[in-house]
Amino acid sequence: MSDHIELFKEKAKLVSAQVTEVASMDEAYQFVVDLCDKKEACQLMMSGCAEAVSDPAQELCDTKQRKVVAAPNLEEADFEKLAALCKAQDFDCIRQGMRQHLGGIDIGFTVCQGGIAETGTLMLESNDEEVRLATMVAEHHVAVLPKSLIKADSYDLEQELGERLGNGPSYTALITGPSRTADIERVLALGVHGPLELHILLLEA
Amino acid sequence: MQNAKDLKDYRSELRESLDNEFLRKTLDTFAVSYRAGRANAFKDVDVKALIKEIADGKDEAGQHMDELFQEFKKNAEAAGVHVHLAKDADEANRIIGEIAQKADCKKIVKSKSMTAEETLLNHHLEDLGLEVTETDLGEWIIQLRHEGPTHMVMPAIHLSRFQVADLFGDVTGKEQETDIEKLVKVARRELRRKYAEADMGISGANFCLAESGTIGIVTNEGNARLVTTLPRVHVALAGLDKLTPTLHDALRVLKVLPKNATGQALTSYVTWITGANQCLAAQDERKEMHVVFLDNGRTALAKDPIFKEVLRCVRCGACANVCPVYRLVGGHKMGHIYIGAIGLILTYFFHGRDKARNLVQNCINCGACADVCAAGIDLPRLIKEIHARIQDEEGHPMSSVLLGKVLTNRKLFHRLLKTARWAQAPVKEKNGFLRHLPMVFAKEQNFRALPAIADKAFRDLWPDIKPNVAAPKYKVALFSGCVQDFVYPDQLTATVRSFDGHDVAVDFPMEQSCCGLPAQMMGELKAARDVARQNIRAFEQSDARYVICSCASCASHLKHGYVKLLQGDHVWEPRAKAFAEKIIDYSSFMSDVLQVQPNEFQDKGSKVTYHAPCHLCRGLNVKDAPRDLMRTAGLDYEPCNEEEVCCGFGGTFSMKFPELSSELLNKKLSDAEATGAEELLTDCPGCIMQLRGGVERRGSSLKVRHIAEAVAEQRKK
Ligand code: SF4
Ligand code: SF4
Repeated sequence: MSDHIELFKEKAKLVSAQVTEVASMDEAYQFVVDLCDKKEACQLMMSGCAEAVSDPAQELCDTKQRKVVAAPNLEEADFEKLAALCKAQDFDCIRQGMRQHLGGIDIGFTVCQGGIAETGTLMLESNDEEVRLATMVAEHHVAVLPKSLIKADSYDLEQELGERLGNGPSYTALITGPSRTADIERVLALGVHGPLELHILLLEA
Repeated sequence: MQNAKDLKDYRSELRESLDNEFLRKTLDTFAVSYRAGRANAFKDVDVKALIKEIADGKDEAGQHMDELFQEFKKNAEAAGVHVHLAKDADEANRIIGEIAQKADCKKIVKSKSMTAEETLLNHHLEDLGLEVTETDLGEWIIQLRHEGPTHMVMPAIHLSRFQVADLFGDVTGKEQETDIEKLVKVARRELRRKYAEADMGISGANFCLAESGTIGIVTNEGNARLVTTLPRVHVALAGLDKLTPTLHDALRVLKVLPKNATGQALTSYVTWITGANQCLAAQDERKEMHVVFLDNGRTALAKDPIFKEVLRCVRCGACANVCPVYRLVGGHKMGHIYIGAIGLILTYFFHGRDKARNLVQNCINCGACADVCAAGIDLPRLIKEIHARIQDEEGHPMSSVLLGKVLTNRKLFHRLLKTARWAQAPVKEKNGFLRHLPMVFAKEQNFRALPAIADKAFRDLWPDIKPNVAAPKYKVALFSGCVQDFVYPDQLTATVRSFDGHDVAVDFPMEQSCCGLPAQMMGELKAARDVARQNIRAFEQSDARYVICSCASCASHLKHGYVKLLQGDHVWEPRAKAFAEKIIDYSSFMSDVLQVQPNEFQDKGSKVTYHAPCHLCRGLNVKDAPRDLMRTAGLDYEPCNEEEVCCGFGGTFSMKFPELSSELLNKKLSDAEATGAEELLTDCPGCIMQLRGGVERRGSSLKVRHIAEAVAEQRKK
């Protein structure tokens, strides 16, 4: 088991994910707020908006007026905790309405349902479109992964994943590192469409 | 894209690519770094076993495509999806166009789909007045340039940052910097807007799982997640070959596909969609979802005994990544829409003979693609089969028919070779090369000197050479192949000499003839089968335990080619298998059977380097034996950069595409010279002919010899 966790960390780092261990969900919320605050992950200007983009693209950029954290798959009570921390820093914290934020948000926060050590992969239930959007339009995706859910390889996750797929409609994502491309001169660039950074918080559970 | 009228036209297009410096440099770096990345990704994995499992699984699915389709349809419909089946490209395009019109869609975002490239879907949708935007960065770039992909995974690999900056300048109306990070960010913002406005999303599907009616999509950018989420309508277009029974099949492919494609453990996003999911832009908050399956000849292909394995392809692009021809000319010339080795084959089936005719000839038969194929497809063989099929359909060119006729008549063939010796006399130089090329060769063949036919063929020398062994420990027979028999008999003499002291009784069956590979390369399969039978018969007369062949090309053809050629022939298939059992290459016989020891050799050998013939290192999977042998024989072996890359000979290939052959040759010789070795050794007379000819033209001091010649010379007298 602890082998899996070490392997998971190693593989996730190889694909440019950043892995941190947290003891509790409260610590995870604090991580989000700190990330937004201290590391200046939260900025009014979204990535790319300072470049020479077309006028219509600039308009979409300009729709972002506030610093935003989205946490679409938290239970009500948990969400309130995070929202309170955000409020103290004057960030917006939302659970839905992602379509109003296609210009971009700062942090998408989710809790994952599984992990694969062999590849450093997260399994994220995305039936709810807010989850899909929050994890794609956010510049930083912060994902909590309870350690007990990490499996050695994809075959070990097969049954669980299979049950999700068999109970449609369903939408399930396997996520391995941030969005990336090497389409221009084979130079690796992170964050072409989705998050520029992926933070995985391994939760003691 | 293939628009060349004929081979001549095609060759002048190849010339353009060869002159494109940026392309050449990019593809060179890519070829080298890909190889390292792939090796690293698979370092703890039994990749051959995994590939075999994938091949078996895909074959099984191919045989049940129709049932799988029905099962998928039932399950997907139960989850609210509309499932369609299109018999050809036009029908697929029409169905998708109608879906868009019925749902009153105006703007479409697309994530990457090779199947949509296959049907030229964008053209059709644009003709209907719809706005289509590709969202995969590479696809978007080539869409803006109105061109096709040059790689199945990296469609814009042929373009530089400067070209992209110019293009983005036009799109945004703002001047762009040439910093790649910044260009990617610009694309991020421009495409984000497109997603926000779109009312229809089109994706491909890497997997269609029958058991649950699920589609699986593999991307690195994550664009497929946005394409399948934001617009209210989603259409997935997939070939019937993407149907697979279970999730397990897909997970198995995922253990190879990303590693083979880009050296990644897994792509950033694997998205699984079952049914019509939540979509807040739709009226009832449910996505309108369609899956369109494309047949376009796949059902027929599944029934073809030879070509059915083509349906195993998982579109990883690896067969282009390792192809020496792709590396020289890029994807626009090494494919039509599908690219690389598989492209040569699929073009014939999906886009017709006209597009495939020139293309299929552009394969040097080096086997690099088959060696890495994620689905274990025997690509070079199928390429030759297509070539043969096209010739069967259109008539064989005279030269190819003649070659076939001559080769099947051993006596005539050997008489012609001997006559050629007289004909060449006026142009023969003392150094064993022809002073200038006989009239039948075009001037462009002059990049390498051609050797003269030897004064005496090996078969005529044999009675004097045959060793006298009183109490043999080993009984072997020699297969010479034409080049060693008639051009380089010394190599065979050296082969026999190097067995000294091991009590090897050697036999040379006189009825043996050309192995038939040239006929196969020219698409003359009937002739290839005829000579195969003659040779098997000739060696059945001998009681030898081993048939030793010091020509790698012949050896691999005798061992693997014959069995495939005679497959299904009740009389000959078992005989071909028994024959194949006995075939062994020179180095393996020395290292593994005789187990020669260092004390048999002098210890101060010259500094040598090595060229690994394609048909030895991949064809026969012999890698260590020659290297061990050189060291055991006291030679100072210095490995060469890219030792296993083709030298550009490829038999008749070098005649057809001299411009490509000479590029490969010069690269090989530069690498060999860079080792500082005095000699370049290898185990194939075809390679030697090419390499020596090149050395002669370059005026290089490098000496090229068969490994047997160097080993025999090192033997203590
Ligand atoms: S055999 Fe060699 S030349 Fe032919 S397609 Fe495969 S890699 Fe390319
Ligand atoms: S033929 Fe093989 S190597 Fe080529 S793309 Fe298909 S699976 Fe990959």
